[in-house]
Amino acid sequence: MDELLKIKGLQKQYGNQVVLKDINLTVEKGEVVVVIGPSGCGKSTFLRCLNGLEEIQKGVVLVDGLPVESKKKEITKMRQKVGMVFQSYELFPHKTVLENIILAPMKVQKKKRDEATREAMELLERVGLTEKKDFYPRQLSGGQKQRVAIVRALCMHPEILLFDEVTAALDPEMVHEVLETMIALAKAGSTMVIVTHEMAFARAIADRIIFIDRGEIIEESRNPKEFFEHPKTERAKKFLKTFAYE
Amino acid sequence: MQNLGIDVLFKGTNFLRLLQGLWVSVEISLISVAISIVLGLVVGALMTSENKLLKAILKIYLEIVRIMPQMVLLFLAYFGTTRVFGWNLTAEAAAIFVFCFWGTAEMGDLVRGSIKSIPVIQYESAAALGMNRWQTHFYIIMPQTLRRLIPLSINLITRMIKTTSLVMMIGMVEVLKVAQQIIEANRRTSPNAAFGVFGVVFLLYFIICWPISRFAAYLEKRWA
Amino acid sequence: MDTNVITEYLPLFWDALVITLKIGWQGIAVAFVLGLLDAAILHFQIPVLKRMVGAYIELFRNTPLLVQLFFIYFALPKVGLSLSAETCGWLGLGLLGGAYMAESFRSGLDAISQIQVESALSLGMSKGQAFYHVILPQAVSISVPGLLANVIFLLKETSVFSTISLMDLMFTAKDLIGMYAKTTESLFLLVVFYLIMLLPVSFFGTILERRVRHAEFGD
Repeated sequence: MDELLKIKGLQKQYGNQVVLKDINLTVEKGEVVVVIGPSGCGKSTFLRCLNGLEEIQKGVVLVDGLPVESKKKEITKMRQKVGMVFQSYELFPHKTVLENIILAPMKVQKKKRDEATREAMELLERVGLTEKKDFYPRQLSGGQKQRVAIVRALCMHPEILLFDEVTAALDPEMVHEVLETMIALAKAGSTMVIVTHEMAFARAIADRIIFIDRGEIIEESRNPKEFFEHPKTERAKKFLKTFAYE
Repeated sequence: MQNLGIDVLFKGTNFLRLLQGLWVSVEISLISVAISIVLGLVVGALMTSENKLLKAILKIYLEIVRIMPQMVLLFLAYFGTTRVFGWNLTAEAAAIFVFCFWGTAEMGDLVRGSIKSIPVIQYESAAALGMNRWQTHFYIIMPQTLRRLIPLSINLITRMIKTTSLVMMIGMVEVLKVAQQIIEANRRTSPNAAFGVFGVVFLLYFIICWPISRFAAYLEKRWA
Repeated sequence: MDTNVITEYLPLFWDALVITLKIGWQGIAVAFVLGLLDAAILHFQIPVLKRMVGAYIELFRNTPLLVQLFFIYFALPKVGLSLSAETCGWLGLGLLGGAYMAESFRSGLDAISQIQVESALSLGMSKGQAFYHVILPQAVSISVPGLLANVIFLLKETSVFSTISLMDLMFTAKDLIGMYAKTTESLFLLVVFYLIMLLPVSFFGTILERRVRHAEFGD
């Protein structure tokens, strides 16, 4: 077994308020883990702890056996191994699609412009956006922006990808194109941790489902179908019920 | 303190004279602001009109105020009117005229900006509730416009007070002029008076303007 | 109006324009650097320094340039700091302008959301790289209208230089009115030369403002 991400006894608090309590999780190479739970349960915060955007108070996050520590200098090295895609895309509005993608490879990984551009174009091709390379983010639809954001993260060759409710800000008809892109990535063997509200998508893409409520992992399942049809815990049952209309 | 010349201010009525000098600028500012606010409301409302000619005229007016230094305007009003029209404006009248000319444009632009910043949907939602034009303006648009406008108008007061220091240039005896006179009169006994006296003038301006701009900032934050 | 008088005075006004522009732009350059530095200090909340910068901004925004110049030119020599009128001119304008530029830059910096920074960090950029490549270019383009307004404001403020006997446009006009009573011609030239100085800036500014807005963000 190839453990890529290991989280041991993670605790996160804002002042006295505990938002994540004793989280333990191991993600193997090539695994797709989907984190679900009610709004404000701490699932986004959890994701942000994985690349050191949030400081943690207890426990460790290990990527490839090395700790992620937000205050240390090595954090920029660790973050290169962990790609992240945000709900609000966060493309850089003053740069074109191509410039957005090659900025970090050039400045952080010191790649040559030609090389970075070649890679960027290959990745853009995979998401069908080559002809948009010189557009500014404002000129793209939400779905296109989000696919560019995914390519931007991919271009750093991360070992693991984090997705923070990446379809929540999209118009319904654009959700599909982004989810398709993610499914293609999963099939190609990417390691991913996904926070989402799209239950059908979660069920389709997940190797493992993690259900978080009030800062704790309540239920964990390696059989998504089983989890969605017969959740074991009361809290998961109650949560899943909110998605059904009868 | 002797050698820095602050003692000079405590001789006779010197400090009182300095304050009276300051009052000259403040008084002109307050009169000008009051007039500017009233005229500015009218000009600002006119700026939102669709009349092309009116818009062009107001645009030129605004541009003149935007690029002509107030000092040049003061000179034109004070020296120019005598020459061209044969008027004999007092310095005070010329100053008030110029600061109103300037302040009205500034205020007008603020009013226009505040009115324009109210989104169209606010008018529409008022209409959807069955309000008529007058009700929409009185209950919906005006209160929102005023909240944006009041802090900006208060800021205009401090800008006015700072700018009125220029009236010295057309011969009015305001705080800087008084300061110069005091320094001059005590040249022999207190050769360093310039430091103390100008230092105090500096602080006096700050003491007046700072609380006003803090208050404007506070309102802006509270009503944002 | 006497055209002979105007041709006679023209060279004087050209000289005055050169002096005004020279000191004006020196002051504006100082203001830019000072303002950017201050804004960065405030943005990054650097302890102690941020308090000093805050006090400086309040002090210079709440007093007139005329009074600041008088203090620098007439009062500082009494405590042993004598500066030439020219130095006082650009220094005073720079100090005043720095306080205004700082506010403009800062509102630009504050307009960039924290999550933009986080997205740069998540790509492995250092804080410095995120600031330089992501925050600063966006902040500057947001600040452009404010910065331009400040430039025009500062160029106008140069009109008080005459009070510390710098031979700028205002000084020249005042001198000619006082000495030869050529009021109409002097005032005419005064207005014309301020237009020469400020109209291009105003015009160029409007174009620049549009370009920065549109080109940078691709509309």
